[in-house]
Amino acid sequence: MGDAPSPDPKSIPSNAPEHCPGTESELAGKSDACAGCDNKDVCASGATKLPDPALPLIKERMSSVKRKILILSGKGGVGKSTFTAQLGWAFAADDDTQTGIMDLDICGPSIPTILGIASEQVHSSASGWSPVYVQDNMAVMSVGFMLPTAKDAIMWRGPKKNGLISQFLKDVDWGALDYLLVDTPPGTSDEHLSIVQYLKESGIDGAVLITTPQEVALQDVRREIDFCRKVGIRIIGLVENMSGFVCPSCKGESQIFRPTTGGAKRLAEETGIELLGAVPLDPRIGMSADYGVSFLDEYPDSPATTAYLDIIDRIKDILGDN
Amino acid sequence: MALQETAVTRRLQNVKNIVLVLAGKGGVGKSSVSTQLALNLYNSSPSAKVGILDVDLTGPSIPRMLGVDDKGVHQSSDGWVPVYADGPSARLALMSVGFLLKNKGDSVVWRGPKKNGMIRQFLSDVRWGELDYLVIDTPPGTSDEHLSLMEHLAGVHGRLSAVIVTTPQAVALMDAMKCLSFTRAVNLPVLGLIENMSGYVCPCCGEISNVFSTGGGAEMARKEELRFLGTLPVDTELVSVLDGGHEPSGGTEQAEEKNAAFPLLDRYSKTSSARLFTEIVKGVLEVLEEK
Repeated sequence: MGDAPSPDPKSIPSNAPEHCPGTESELAGKSDACAGCDNKDVCASGATKLPDPALPLIKERMSSVKRKILILSGKGGVGKSTFTAQLGWAFAADDDTQTGIMDLDICGPSIPTILGIASEQVHSSASGWSPVYVQDNMAVMSVGFMLPTAKDAIMWRGPKKNGLISQFLKDVDWGALDYLLVDTPPGTSDEHLSIVQYLKESGIDGAVLITTPQEVALQDVRREIDFCRKVGIRIIGLVENMSGFVCPSCKGESQIFRPTTGGAKRLAEETGIELLGAVPLDPRIGMSADYGVSFLDEYPDSPATTAYLDIIDRIKDILGDN
Repeated sequence: MALQETAVTRRLQNVKNIVLVLAGKGGVGKSSVSTQLALNLYNSSPSAKVGILDVDLTGPSIPRMLGVDDKGVHQSSDGWVPVYADGPSARLALMSVGFLLKNKGDSVVWRGPKKNGMIRQFLSDVRWGELDYLVIDTPPGTSDEHLSLMEHLAGVHGRLSAVIVTTPQAVALMDAMKCLSFTRAVNLPVLGLIENMSGYVCPCCGEISNVFSTGGGAEMARKEELRFLGTLPVDTELVSVLDGGHEPSGGTEQAEEKNAAFPLLDRYSKTSSARLFTEIVKGVLEVLEEK
């Protein structure tokens, strides 16, 4: 590619030129690539080696949040948001557990639809933006609540997305939470780097990686594992979604997305990451998501519900919350 | 500024049509549709030259789908040489960030500016040569990659068009609408809409289950006055073919199978999706002719 060894991606500002040496580098503000960059003077002054001013505010806001969990996947459409929602509902089933869900998918927010609160709006108060409450102990924040209509596309480049993420962390009146679940967009880019950067001081308790059984999805999950390791996030485990399909007519089970390379099981073995469980494809899961109702509550007898609940239980075990 | 000659317009001067595959939502089948679109355009005439540019920088899947993920790109005096999926015939050129990674599992953790630079290089530094069609596979969303593409392709705007892929679920349709708003905002003509993963045929009893609901795509096309290009059901054969071409639980990587120059195309042609896609491509070609 002709690139020099790439600098620590965490230290590259979102509006940096392509060959930015990284703001914490010795060359910051002094390399050839810095000519013309808006940050040149700041970098050269050494101020960039100091922490981001938003960080103390985020840290303060996050000090009342016990657990912060990221839901990641690499590939899109494998069920991150659906899983996040089920996890949220399962936590909130206990009246004493305060749960928050933060939707970082800025260009394609699905959390409001899945939770059945798509028509809600965010209000601001003296203590910041009030999240939308699905129920008394479940607060949600998504860019979906801020758009005039659902048709509107957010065409933002990285820096604007990062700004909003920082605001979601420091300006939202989350209150005291037992769990903050962070749903992410696919990939390993701005949103992912930013959340890691912003929560560095407060600490992320871990990430749950979602995949489907086919190799093209697993390939992306390998990249996500690599990302977690690079930035030092603990991986709680792997969930295989859309794992097998039970025909509602003949009850025969078949594989829609065939695990041609051994599926998540094999990936878990190869990487030493725990496979938390496999959730079969039940068409009612997608339907529940479209109607914004809790699948776990609607269909307690589905094998998928059992699988979800076992996985959630295992996550609590691993976090030491059971 | 639009009509200035740039490195990109020079490089793409012999590319007749550029088709962006967009979806808004992830995992609805953009890459598999891009791959199928390219394969079908390739098949549409014995001399058709097709290129695929994979702009999904942090999750490139096309190299795997075309069974060339072990290949690499070469530097020549005239720029990067793309990988030819059909071997010596050299009618199907592919470029992806996947070819530039040392290990398949390496993550590409880039913010916008770096992605923007890569996209510019893909358009200006790759030896695309003469192409009848350049299919561009995009990542989910409407963000850096999409804006960068539109910016760098401004000089060839007249040859640009888009296909939108969705699944029938409400959450996917919502994102497809956002995507349509994007195309309108940047004045990108939409060739039509494809509804993917529409129903699944149970292999035991033949019962069709609407795994991700059904009909939403056609409905959206009607409301928004878009051409509806067709529906594609969930096809497990296709998943296997694009996953590495091995029948159930093959396990390991590409076994040696070098009997034909382009075995993937043969395997693909036998899937039921291939038959349905022939109709979709007919539609695409019709609209492209009208343009």
